[in-house]
Amino acid sequence: MSDRLSNLRRLEAESIHIIREVAAEFRNPVMLYSIGKDSSVMLHLAMKAFYPSKPPFPLMHVDTGWKFREMISFRDETVKRLGLDLIIHTNPEGLAQGINPFDHGSSVHTHIMKTEALKQALTKYGFDAAFGGARRDEEKSRAKERVFSFRTASHTWDPKNQRPELWNLYNARVAKGESIRAFPLSNWTELDIWQYILAENIPMVPLYYAAPRPVVERDGMLIMVDDDRMKIRPGETVEEKTVRFRTLGCYPLTGAIESDAATLPAILREMLIARTSERSGRLIDHDDAASMEKKKREGYF
Amino acid sequence: MDFTDHLASEEVVLDYIRAQQNKDQLRFLTCGSVDDGKSTLIGRLLYDTKLIFEDQLAALERDSRRHGTVGEDIDLALLVDGLEAEREQGITIDVAYRFFATDKRKFIVADTPGHEQYTRNMATGASTADLAVLLVDARHGLMTQTRRHAFIASLLGIRHIVLAVNKIDLVDFSQERFDEIERDFAALGGNFRFETVVSIPISARFGDNVTSRSGRMPWYQGPTLLEHLETVDVGEKETAAEFRFPVQWVNRPNLDFRGYSGTLASGLVTVGSNVTVAASGKSSTVTRIVNGFSDVDSARAGEAVTLVLRDEIDISRGDVLSRSDERPAVADSLSAHVIWMADAALLPGRSYLLKIGTRTVTATLTALAHKINVNTFEEAPAETLALNEIALAEFSLSAPIAIDAYAANRTTGSFILIDRMSNATVGAGMVVKAERRASNIHWQALDVDKEARAESLRQKPAVLWFTGLSGSGKSTIASIVEKKLHLEGRHTYVLDGDNIRHGLNKDLGFSDADRVENIRRVAEVSRLFVDAGLIVLVSFISPFRAERQMARDLLGEGEFVEIFVDTPIDECRKRDPKGLYAKADAGEIANFTGIDSPYEAPETPELRVATVGRDPEAAAEDVLNHLRRAGIIAANGYVFGGEGI
Repeated sequence: MSDRLSNLRRLEAESIHIIREVAAEFRNPVMLYSIGKDSSVMLHLAMKAFYPSKPPFPLMHVDTGWKFREMISFRDETVKRLGLDLIIHTNPEGLAQGINPFDHGSSVHTHIMKTEALKQALTKYGFDAAFGGARRDEEKSRAKERVFSFRTASHTWDPKNQRPELWNLYNARVAKGESIRAFPLSNWTELDIWQYILAENIPMVPLYYAAPRPVVERDGMLIMVDDDRMKIRPGETVEEKTVRFRTLGCYPLTGAIESDAATLPAILREMLIARTSERSGRLIDHDDAASMEKKKREGYF
Repeated sequence: MDFTDHLASEEVVLDYIRAQQNKDQLRFLTCGSVDDGKSTLIGRLLYDTKLIFEDQLAALERDSRRHGTVGEDIDLALLVDGLEAEREQGITIDVAYRFFATDKRKFIVADTPGHEQYTRNMATGASTADLAVLLVDARHGLMTQTRRHAFIASLLGIRHIVLAVNKIDLVDFSQERFDEIERDFAALGGNFRFETVVSIPISARFGDNVTSRSGRMPWYQGPTLLEHLETVDVGEKETAAEFRFPVQWVNRPNLDFRGYSGTLASGLVTVGSNVTVAASGKSSTVTRIVNGFSDVDSARAGEAVTLVLRDEIDISRGDVLSRSDERPAVADSLSAHVIWMADAALLPGRSYLLKIGTRTVTATLTALAHKINVNTFEEAPAETLALNEIALAEFSLSAPIAIDAYAANRTTGSFILIDRMSNATVGAGMVVKAERRASNIHWQALDVDKEARAESLRQKPAVLWFTGLSGSGKSTIASIVEKKLHLEGRHTYVLDGDNIRHGLNKDLGFSDADRVENIRRVAEVSRLFVDAGLIVLVSFISPFRAERQMARDLLGEGEFVEIFVDTPIDECRKRDPKGLYAKADAGEIANFTGIDSPYEAPETPELRVATVGRDPEAAAEDVLNHLRRAGIIAANGYVFGGEGI
């Protein structure tokens, strides 16, 4: 048994194979970079896959305008450090209409500034493949998603009509306008991700580590007051608490957890005793059990 | 290790995590029919290994009340039944992947449905699995499905089987019943190549012998399911096998570095290894192996690396590197077990894209040796292959490629088939062997070639391919075009659908398979005539895009002119020059194009000719004008000189 590759090495090799396959088979691929831990691992794997060359595709960040400030500075540093091309896209109509999570709610905001924005960007640049950092263990409808997930010319996903995917043979054929979403981290779990970050010493946004931060308790979640666009409602008080984030997104929609885990081993220890799944910190998943599947059919990642 | 103790120091955590990093991975597949309790078993494994978080448990309790099938209890199956539609129907509809881990191993579970799409989905799940858990309901014993599951697992090369006899609580934990089922399985036959078969009596619903030993079956002394999964030695045959490296990407950041990136399909490579390109036979020596950001001394099966060679030899994506003395077969023809995965049947003569390793070629089905009945394992002759059917088939390929038998190599011996029009994955293949027939017939190089013949005829050869419904006017227009070309001194020949069916193709009927073969032969004849220097006018309904594409692929750039004679069916029916529509409408002719057999109109023909309300002469003039524009005949109507060729 000692002859077998370890779990992490097997996952790493599989992901690199997928990333290279996309680069070799598609005319115009792009890597969706969302700044979070999964994106960071995916980017690290892409750097390895083509070393000593740079990845032969740009990164793209769909910026809703409501990301944590620390995410944006981390993004810019990372791109500069690695010498990569980054495309930033924000839905111009949504921006003009002033769409925001406070006034329009999480589902309208997510639909317009994330799902629609992503579709706009894919169409605008004519990308025929887009990497995403989604994992199958995140959520039930993701468990059935292919590694190469076909999207129609209108970017929709049909869960009942997916291409069979066998061995490590991925079907990269698409007609004009159609595209593939490629998920190199499909078989990783949250624990695998953290173990790999530890083993490879991959830089992370500081928000993952506990620190004193100003938060408000709202709808049962701790929301960080990241800038003055957040209006404090009557009865709410801003408190400084030692918190961290298990998942990152738009700050008004992302719940913090109270924690004093300020180092990677401390985070891992916390994870090993955790009793809630990571997506529970995301407002958008709470709507109902089938909400993610609906979003995905419409073109959400 | 108990981490509920908050006092555990960071050092203890780090030691634990480091130990975890060396654990390995087991991929397995669960199969069973609809009510065997497959989803419940996976739910049980996730639940018992504590991978269900509190928020998921709360959601599960909510869902159990809404969709559950076990009364007030938590329905563990709902943990894994993902999509909305299947929740409502109470069945899983596709392949889903689940994850759990113990201190010894990480597990990836492929969950595949037990209903009619089972072959396609199970084969998909099995293709990456090391082991299969076959579920049997203790009350019903072995079913037809169990035979299928065992057959497909064996066909896909799974070497380790667990026969999980579930719902043992419903037969009073009876040892007799369990022994009987175990004996029945051993007596299945089928020449399976399993290395281990372990039977375990379980109750997925109550947890007996799944992760903890049952107190209710003292007669059972074997391991629990989880113990077995944690310890079964699935070996690593791939590393011991011959070295194979399908080149995925040529890595060339600058003039100083040229590497070949890919994943080792099998074997071992070290710095200093001698390697050979299978197809060309060119050899070199490995000077560097780059794994991630580091140089390493060696790499083995499953690792994704970049190889640097001493010599600059011609290598590109799709090439396979091997050791010089252990080379794969290189052939342009192969036989394979094929699982068909599309609604439209696999047809002899039709061409598909075949992706094997990192190479994609065109493959034409040349023969179906036999179908295999997955329930009885019997072989039967076959004309075509329908969804979920399995056959032994022979393909001819557009180019010679490196091939291993699937039994020897799961990576270089497996392929998928892709439909050229829809781009769907329509089949999966496991190579039995490279066929030698083609490799013994070498192309005869001829001194007088197509250019020379065309020059002596002082014209540019081409195929004018007229397609359209019966009665659309194809033959009428083709005949006028030929007369005009003849008057200009061109050398022409008309291949007419009806006429060819009286001779060359008189053995063919009108089934889909025969229609494909009909067109294949005509396409090959057209190619020969073009090679002879002629302008060929093909007048065939040729209803399928795939075959017209095949004809196009046989010819050189600019030699194939697709002319769509676009006459609506109502007009054709009105004309009905041969009285065929009247007969078809009366039910006297079956498989009539446009009535009970489809016509796939060209999407981007070189020329579309409308005929309604027009003189056939005018339509023919459209064709001639196009030929002049395309430079196939001279614009001034005179014969080309040699320089025009």
